[in-house]
Amino acid sequence: MRALARVVGLPLLLGGLLLPFVPLLLWSVARRYPYPALLPTERSSRPLGLLVDPQSEVLQGLVSSTVIALAVAAVASLVGLSAGRALGLHAFRGKRLVQFLLLAPVVVPGIAVTLGIQVFFIRYGLADTRRGVVLAHLIAAVPYVTLVMGSVYANLDTRIEEQARTLGAPPLQVLLRVTLPAVAPGLAVGALFAFLISWGEYVLTLLVGGGTVKTLPLLLYAYLGSTDTPVAAALAFALIVPPVLLLALTSRLLAGQDAPLAGFGRA
Amino acid sequence: MATRIDLEGLTVDYGGAPVVADLDLAVEPGTLVALLGPSGCGKSTTLRAVAGLLQPSRGDVRFDGRSVLGLPPERRPLAMVFQSPLLFPSMSIADNVGFGLRMQGVGRAERRRRSLEALERVQLPGVADRRPGQLSGGQEQRVSLARALVAQPQVLLLDEPFSALDAALRVEVRDLVAQLQREAGVTTLFVTHDQEEATVLADTVGLMLDGRLQQVGPPRAFYERPASLRVARFFGTANAFPGTVVGGTWRGPLGEVPVRAADGPGVLVVRQEAVRLVGADEDGVDGVVAATTFTGTAVQARVDCAGTQVALVVGATTPLAAGARVRVHVPPAHCTVVPPGS
Repeated sequence: MRALARVVGLPLLLGGLLLPFVPLLLWSVARRYPYPALLPTERSSRPLGLLVDPQSEVLQGLVSSTVIALAVAAVASLVGLSAGRALGLHAFRGKRLVQFLLLAPVVVPGIAVTLGIQVFFIRYGLADTRRGVVLAHLIAAVPYVTLVMGSVYANLDTRIEEQARTLGAPPLQVLLRVTLPAVAPGLAVGALFAFLISWGEYVLTLLVGGGTVKTLPLLLYAYLGSTDTPVAAALAFALIVPPVLLLALTSRLLAGQDAPLAGFGRA
Repeated sequence: MATRIDLEGLTVDYGGAPVVADLDLAVEPGTLVALLGPSGCGKSTTLRAVAGLLQPSRGDVRFDGRSVLGLPPERRPLAMVFQSPLLFPSMSIADNVGFGLRMQGVGRAERRRRSLEALERVQLPGVADRRPGQLSGGQEQRVSLARALVAQPQVLLLDEPFSALDAALRVEVRDLVAQLQREAGVTTLFVTHDQEEATVLADTVGLMLDGRLQQVGPPRAFYERPASLRVARFFGTANAFPGTVVGGTWRGPLGEVPVRAADGPGVLVVRQEAVRLVGADEDGVDGVVAATTFTGTAVQARVDCAGTQVALVVGATTPLAAGARVRVHVPPAHCTVVPPGS
């Protein structure tokens, strides 16, 4: 039974996952790809070339998305490190309220929140700027990082910090040499989540960026509406490949015996 | 020159009832003092106050007469070993051991040399380049010990360092601690709930109950001269007989026993190991064996002497069965009178 599942199930699963990418791949190297043809009738390197052409808005979109997602990951990690510690390790008055407020953005659609605070974004000159977009993305990203770090800290034996203190380490040394190394795998997972949330965000970017800040999802959407399907396909690739690479690099952290989170159990 | 520790009126409360109340304790230079007590008695809290991991509400902690209350843990000249090894997972065993030296700014080569030396001393040569998690629990605790001692602290604090180990390892690591402590001559404060551990290791034992120090003295005194009924009970004394003291003589269900105690009601306490079986013509009280328990190395017996139960221990080879008529002698030299309800 298990052998059968392996022989039939695994190819089915992989096929189901990978098949949708085949047309994408074909489109992204096509000039002409009329309906009944199995393969593009005329090929072109133009769509993929746009990804590395400094003049194209595609490359600018790639850069914009990367800068914003990295900034979101960095800031969300900093917030998550401290908020996660407070929530994971300490009992304090109003902890449930803080937990609720932190997690509220997960429940409340980001668009509702952003519509509400857009007035302030405009007033403080944050609308139509990358900084504004980063802030808006943080609304969505911080709860997840905080959740991850909360569970990481809840599993941290803080006596290890006391042990370091009694061995002569001042607080900063304890943080740098003991605590951060201990929570680093969890922090990497949290930062990855934040990066991915920002990377794929569309509505918030559109609302706050006002079309001035063009990230990959925005460009993709614009090209999907146009007739330039090859460029849309190339953009879709640009959107998919970095997260997949990141996931592949960090999969060790998401599963397995030493994973910082329970994840999906043992690998 | 070893350091002397003085705790003066140490009190720790978290708003409510004190966890540690008005504790006075002196640890002479180079000696090992055990703070003994059941869990929740405040002994670990006391140790944490000495380490600087918490601030006492009142009182003082002095090293060589100077208060250390103003110093954070890292500036106090001490090292602490906890119940679990708490090795830093991101560092090799050698780096773990050398951590304290690194914090003192000792160079890499010197650190390595002294770490290896310390690992030798805890009988763990050849593990320097392994990672935590690749060693057994007993080995990790020995690494933890090496890490504490490598920087030659003036004060060593041990918080139940053996209780996570199984019985055989516990004895092994305990003997190692005793040996290292004597060699280094480091003033040591040791917290444990195990009276045997305290008895074997300590020069002086302080028994804590409910946040208060009940009795301080050499281990033997707790068996021979308990200060109260609770102290006697904690050390496993099974025999406590209520009576009255008049003019240096205790009178009670076992007849008369000469004692050194003030007049008034008094409970006669005697260890079961001290009670002897004697011949019919010797001084003693008649009774009937009510029950016996074979413990492997000895036989514990309960003897009913006209309604009063006397516990005693005889050698495993002594034939003794329930129902036997015996004569029981309670040697006055091993008796102590404690206040009733104490």
